[in-house]
Formats: sequence, structure tokens, C-alpha cells
Amino acid sequence: MAGIEVARIKADFPILGRTVRDNKPLIYLDSGATSQKPVEVLDAERAFYETSNAAAHRGAHQLAEEATGAYESARARVGEFVGAASENIVFTKNATESLNLAAYAFSNSTALARWGTRVDPRFQLKPGDSVLVTQMEHHANLIPWQEVCAKTGATLRWIPLTDDGRLEMSALEELIDSSTKVVSVVHQSNILGTINPVAEIMARAHAVGAVGVVDACQSIPHMPVDVRALGADLVAWSGHKMLGPTGIGVLYGTGEILNAMPPFLTGGSMIATVEMEGSTYAPPPQKFEAGVSMVAQAVGLAAAVDYLEALGMQQVAAHEHALTEYALLLLGHLPGVKIIGPGQAEDRGSAISFVVEGIHPHDVGQILDNMGIAVRVGHHCAWPTCRRFAVPATTRISPYIYNDLSDIDAVVEGICEAQRFFKVAS
Amino acid sequence: MSIESLYQDIILDHYKNPRGRGLLAAPLGVAFHVNPTCGDEVNMQVATAADGGLLIGYEGTGCSISQASASVLYELVRGLPVAEAEKIRMAFLELMHSQGHAEPDEEVLGDAIAFVGVAKYPARIKCALLPWMALQDAEIKGGLMTEANGDQK
Repeated sequence: MAGIEVARIKADFPILGRTVRDNKPLIYLDSGATSQKPVEVLDAERAFYETSNAAAHRGAHQLAEEATGAYESARARVGEFVGAASENIVFTKNATESLNLAAYAFSNSTALARWGTRVDPRFQLKPGDSVLVTQMEHHANLIPWQEVCAKTGATLRWIPLTDDGRLEMSALEELIDSSTKVVSVVHQSNILGTINPVAEIMARAHAVGAVGVVDACQSIPHMPVDVRALGADLVAWSGHKMLGPTGIGVLYGTGEILNAMPPFLTGGSMIATVEMEGSTYAPPPQKFEAGVSMVAQAVGLAAAVDYLEALGMQQVAAHEHALTEYALLLLGHLPGVKIIGPGQAEDRGSAISFVVEGIHPHDVGQILDNMGIAVRVGHHCAWPTCRRFAVPATTRISPYIYNDLSDIDAVVEGICEAQRFFKVAS
Repeated sequence: MSIESLYQDIILDHYKNPRGRGLLAAPLGVAFHVNPTCGDEVNMQVATAADGGLLIGYEGTGCSISQASASVLYELVRGLPVAEAEKIRMAFLELMHSQGHAEPDEEVLGDAIAFVGVAKYPARIKCALLPWMALQDAEIKGGLMTEANGDQK
């Protein structure tokens, strides 16, 4: 695998040097849940706290100026990483908040309009309108829209899945129509690994005047993504899945859409003028960033961007593609093992879910854990997707830049060990 | 800490050969509990026999720990007066919160002593407790126990 030198990368991640479960070397294959952090990210956060810590966008002292500068530089850096300008990047607590921010634009606009506030009609919903998601959404891109529908009377629709874990694109013809007001889809599924044709779906959404939203949590950390090329109005992702700290997420929005949306969280920092009778709001992105901003996390996220760009996102994607091909080949031929999701590496990311016949995913995960291998078990916050494939849960590996082929070999060995332990014929 | 301490043979045996699995014809109280982090499910049913002893019916899907725990529960509490069953339930709860340091009383807990190793794995304690929490819920719903203090009627 030219390009990514795993041994050198591993040395940058202090946690990957530790042992678990009675001195076994850690094999971390749960980056789909959260990635580990290189020392560069940890150092950047620490350096900020040690030298420039202050509340950004408040105060006129030198530290406040430096903190504001650090926060805004981080915004520019994160924007640059995905081909967006600074003013199109909103920092949030996490991707879940980013998606809620998008969803609340609809329920808040609908409520505001009822009492005479002028709102952009695209965000005003009523019975008969529809909201479209997919059957492979993470709960974070499903439940906010269920709530929007419950509050406004709109109807939730979803794009069904094929048995191979891809979107049933032929259903779009019927699902997107003049009633469609918002289409919110995941770019890369966290449970199935599927990479969806979001640009095509966004184009279809725009053709009927709907707002287009993309959940890019599992794509932006793993492949080059130009948010403008996705054609979406709004794109949400998190910092902690791309080597950055927890506590920071991102929402990209076109200038036009961010201007048209009402605020989500309100309070300090997001205002223009405040009087007892009412207030006016700052322009985006400040309009969506109430409260003291998470400067250290933004600085850490910018350092993560630097780290990924130094590797090159093309190289990252190529590395993961090779791991994916290898894992699909091995797991696909293992007796008693069934992959839930596309069996081929094309248009597919490295998150691979599987079930082992006769052994519950929890028990598979426990045997792997006992060998020092950290994987995710459960429904991966995509319970309806599990139901679609008639499995209560799955075991999922989600490799990243610090994993190599030997880690996949270890998983295969672990599955065989689980089959021996639970006396399942394989 | 070996994996065998978690998956003791007794647990694997109950998992592979669950005792008394099946539903009651006329349950008094029914509780369907799921572990929302993993989707494990137990449907627990209670009723009382003419002599006042507990009748237990259950079904479920999930990991070896949750399903073996349901089978062990069935063996331990069926036929007992509600008050006696509750003593065993409380002993099991205590065992699960012992962080693996308890020396469980086999007289009280029978096969459930095999779950002592589970208490060392915080992520699995909920699996073991699932049927036992469902039992309490089913007893409350069936009017065999009051909600306020867990006291038996």
C-alpha cells in the first residue's frame, strides 16, 4: 500500500501504543464510532490552553484577540479542507447538533409563521408536505426529521434498500414530487458502508424545489469531499471521527440557505441588537453559534485537517479501499459469516458489518475484545436498517489510516476463535 | 481475567439449552424489555399457581449472557412465593453490582453464581440484568408487587 505508512502513522497516536485485556496490543477497529487522535491534535489543543485561552468574539484584551484569531483561522482551515469559504462553515457541538440545526429550521419557521413572523416559505411545512430520508440513516438523521413531521403535520418518506445494501434508486421517481420539501440523505452509511449517489439525489431534490441535506460523517474523514460538488444546501459532519476532538461538529451551508434559515440555539454571541421587546441576529455563521465557542476544539480540528492533508485524502481513500477489498474477500469467504451491506468494494467505504451464524454480535465482539481487538457491536444507531436486514444487531469493523492488513487477519482469526469457543460448526 | 470467567460453562449450557422457554397461556403480568444499546429483547410473563407459587413464561433474542440469564431466572424463581423470588432477584442485582468481588451464595443463587464474572465487564451487566428487570416489571404490571417500594403484596 504505497502512500500510507501505517507503522509511521501509528507512532503518532499515543493510545495505539497501549495494551488492553491482560497485556494484549490494542487493535483499534472502531473508528466509525470515533477515531483516535494524533499527538499533533493533542498538542494543538494543549498549546492553545497554555498560551491563548480566552473567550472568542468577546473582550478586547490580547488573549481574547488571539483566541478569536485561532477560532476563525480554524474555521477557514476546515472550510478549505472541503472546498468552502469561511462564512459557509458553522461550528456546532457535533454532527447530531448540525442535523438538528437543519431540522429545526423547518419546525421553527413553521411555528414562527403561525404567529405572523415572515419566514422563507421553503422552510414552512404543512400537512401534505413530505420529508425524504433513506432506510439507512443513522438515528441522528432520522429522528430529527420524525420530530419535524410530528410538529408540522408533514409526512416522512424514505428510500428503501436493495438486498445488497444500496439505495433503491428506481423508487425516487415516486418518492420525490411536488410535496417534497426536504431531502436529507447519508453520504456513506455508518452501518452498511454504502456510498450513496448524493449529487444525483440532491439534483432531483432541487428539481422540485426541496432543500437538500447531506450527512457526511462517514465520508469526509475517509475520502476527498468537495461540499459544493455534492450539490447540497447543507452538509453535516463531526470532528471526532476525523482525528479531531470531541465536542465540535460542522455544518456547511450555502450562503443563500444560511441567510434564509432562522437561528437554532439562541443567546449570547448570535445577536446583532437586543432589546426587551425583541432582538435581531448576527449574519451567518455567528447566527448559529450561540454561547462561548469551543475554541480549543476548533484548534484541534484544524490540526486534524493539517494531519489528514499532509497524508493526502486521495491516499487515505486508496488505503482504506485496499483494506476494504481485503476484508470483504476474507470475510466473504469465511464459513458462517454474512456481510450486511455491499459485498463489493466499489462505491463502498471501510465500515463493514457482519453477522456470524449461531453467535450473537455481542459475543463475537467480546471474544475479539479479549484478543485486544476493539470493534463495535449492536445496531450502530441505525436500528431500522438492522430491521430491514432482519438482524437484531451486527458486529462492525471500521478501519482507518492506522490499520493495516494484519488487523483484518486478526479479526478473521478472532471470528474463528469465537466459532471454536461457542462450538459453532463453521 | 480470562474470557472463560465471563462465559462459564453453566452460562453457555443455559444459552444452548434454555430451560422453560415459552409463553404462558394466561399471564397476569407481561413485560417486554429491550436493551436499547444492542437490541437484545426479553418478553417476560408472570402468573401465580393455585398454591401462590410463581409461574414464569419467557421468550427473547439476544446475546448468550442475556438469554442464559433468562433461563437461569426461570429455574430459580418458578414455583416460589413472590417474596422469596424477590430475595433471589435482589441477591442477583447485588452480585451484578459487585464488580466481580462478591462471593455469591450458591444456596440462594444456584446456577446464577456463574454470572459473577459478568460483573467484571460493565458493558455486559445490562445484558445479565435484562430478564431480571423485566421480571420486576411484569410482577408490578400483574399486581404481584407495588411500584413504589418494590414490596410484595
